Amino acid sequence: MRMNGRGKYLAVMTSGGPLMLAGAAAALALAIAVQITRDSMYALDAQQAGRLLYVRSGEALRRIVLEFDALAADTYWIRAIQHYGSERLTKTPDRHYDLLYPLLDLTTDLDPYFTIAYRFGAIFLSEPYPGGPGRPDQAIALLEKGIAAQPEKWQYFHDVGFVEFWQLRNPRAAADWFLRASRLPNAPPWLQPVAAAMLAQRDRASARFLWQQILQSDQQWMRRTAERSLMQLQAMDEVEQLQEIVRKYPPESGRGFTWEDFVRRKILPSVPADPTGEPYSLDPGSGDVRVSPQSSLHPMPQLFQAQ
Amino acid sequence: MRAVSWIAISVFRESVRDRVPYNLVVFAVLLMASSYLLGQLTAGQDVKIIKDLGLAATAVFGLFIAVFIGIGLVSKEVERRSIYSLLAKPISRPQFIAGKYAGLVLTLAVNIAVMTCALYLVLAYMTWIGSPTLKSAWDAPGVDVALLKAIFLIFLELALITAVALFFSTFSTPLLAAALTFGIYVAGHFNADLRNFDRVVTPAPAVWLARGLYHVLPDFAAFDIKTQVVHGLPVPAGYIVSTAAYGMAYIAAVLLAATFIFSRRDFK
Repeated sequence: MRMNGRGKYLAVMTSGGPLMLAGAAAALALAIAVQITRDSMYALDAQQAGRLLYVRSGEALRRIVLEFDALAADTYWIRAIQHYGSERLTKTPDRHYDLLYPLLDLTTDLDPYFTIAYRFGAIFLSEPYPGGPGRPDQAIALLEKGIAAQPEKWQYFHDVGFVEFWQLRNPRAAADWFLRASRLPNAPPWLQPVAAAMLAQRDRASARFLWQQILQSDQQWMRRTAERSLMQLQAMDEVEQLQEIVRKYPPESGRGFTWEDFVRRKILPSVPADPTGEPYSLDPGSGDVRVSPQSSLHPMPQLFQAQ
Repeated sequence: MRAVSWIAISVFRESVRDRVPYNLVVFAVLLMASSYLLGQLTAGQDVKIIKDLGLAATAVFGLFIAVFIGIGLVSKEVERRSIYSLLAKPISRPQFIAGKYAGLVLTLAVNIAVMTCALYLVLAYMTWIGSPTLKSAWDAPGVDVALLKAIFLIFLELALITAVALFFSTFSTPLLAAALTFGIYVAGHFNADLRNFDRVVTPAPAVWLARGLYHVLPDFAAFDIKTQVVHGLPVPAGYIVSTAAYGMAYIAAVLLAATFIFSRRDFK
């Protein structure tokens, strides 16, 4: 006897069909239960697995992915962000950023016009440990690769200058990169004055101005970095002011330096805190004022610490 | 001409019956899901990645349709023995090949048109919800007409792959035809290496052989302008026109070869 589609469906449903469906659902439920039990008993170190990179040659990868190089670049870019983010936020004391540069290098090998990968990548790479790998040399290498791909992009020159200025403490080299950026098409007019100010003063005001420019960025992550750096600059100013107060009003002989003592003597209204609200640390013996290691502003950049 | 269009329409209808349009649903879901998820993962690069993903998915889905339907265009008729009744009708063998090819290209054209609309809809939505500061950082506008240049060349590339699949389908089994077509597709993307073989090898015969292969194999890499278009880089009109002319000439060559082989086949 021939049956149409509906007839076949009805026949399956009446001849043990529901039993089969129930069996399938039960088997799936069993698989999920086993999975949950396994995950709780034998958790694999996902972070360890995330530290593997099978292909390291951009040229080889470009051939493997055929015409889908841009999509592969996106995948590596997402992986770079995840690698950086997971290492930065990990609770364990030692952080491994070893894969960050290879991942960014592969991303930009696959898509040489991936502007954000160069610019964000440079920020990630130059961030001092433990917030990042603390490799300004790799940040500059990545940006120089971007310059080779798009020599007319002033942003890459600006970013190299920034790394030279902020991480490598080399205002002369930074000014040179800013000047080179200012000569490129569509460069903003403030690049030249900043370069000149750097050469003339090498001061915190130039750094503040640069971070305020970055604060206008469309990228939330860059804005957050700029906000943190501006707070660090504010903390540097405050540390200097506090240091002056501490030197001017030393404690009575035989007593150590404590903020409570300064408050008790009505020299300070309260225990001074950095812009994040974390109290500044005060060395009881030497009276040195510093940003607390518990503060999210720690570690502080070394540039302009003492003017 | 009527016979060609009749065969073409029947190929198109058969692809609909084979549930080929289901891939459009997968495409739409893929784009919509990724537009939501990518915003959380990509540090503001979601529009760029959706463009990459949309164009790559168009190419991949098209590739699978072109290969897996293309390889069965002739061999399936032979296997089912329906070729006898078809050839008994007033249809010449060149008309049969042309009709089969046109039908699959029509299927691909409809697929790509729908995928393009879905991609533009998602991009329009992303542009609509994007802040002005975010948009100012994009290399190219969210809803960018230039994407059509890349989509046009993807379509031509798929039309060429279809011709290659149909060519193999005229004399080999579906499995072998699929393997050969994928082989040609992969080799066609290594063309730049063949052209520059003299940089890594010195013996003249090897260089000539590589150069010969560069010209004989289809230059699929030339059809790929996705990266340039997504980053808003200029692609000269002359490049697109010359690549399109190359593609059409190559398609004509492959279809003529397929017709030649098919005309010599004995179905007794």
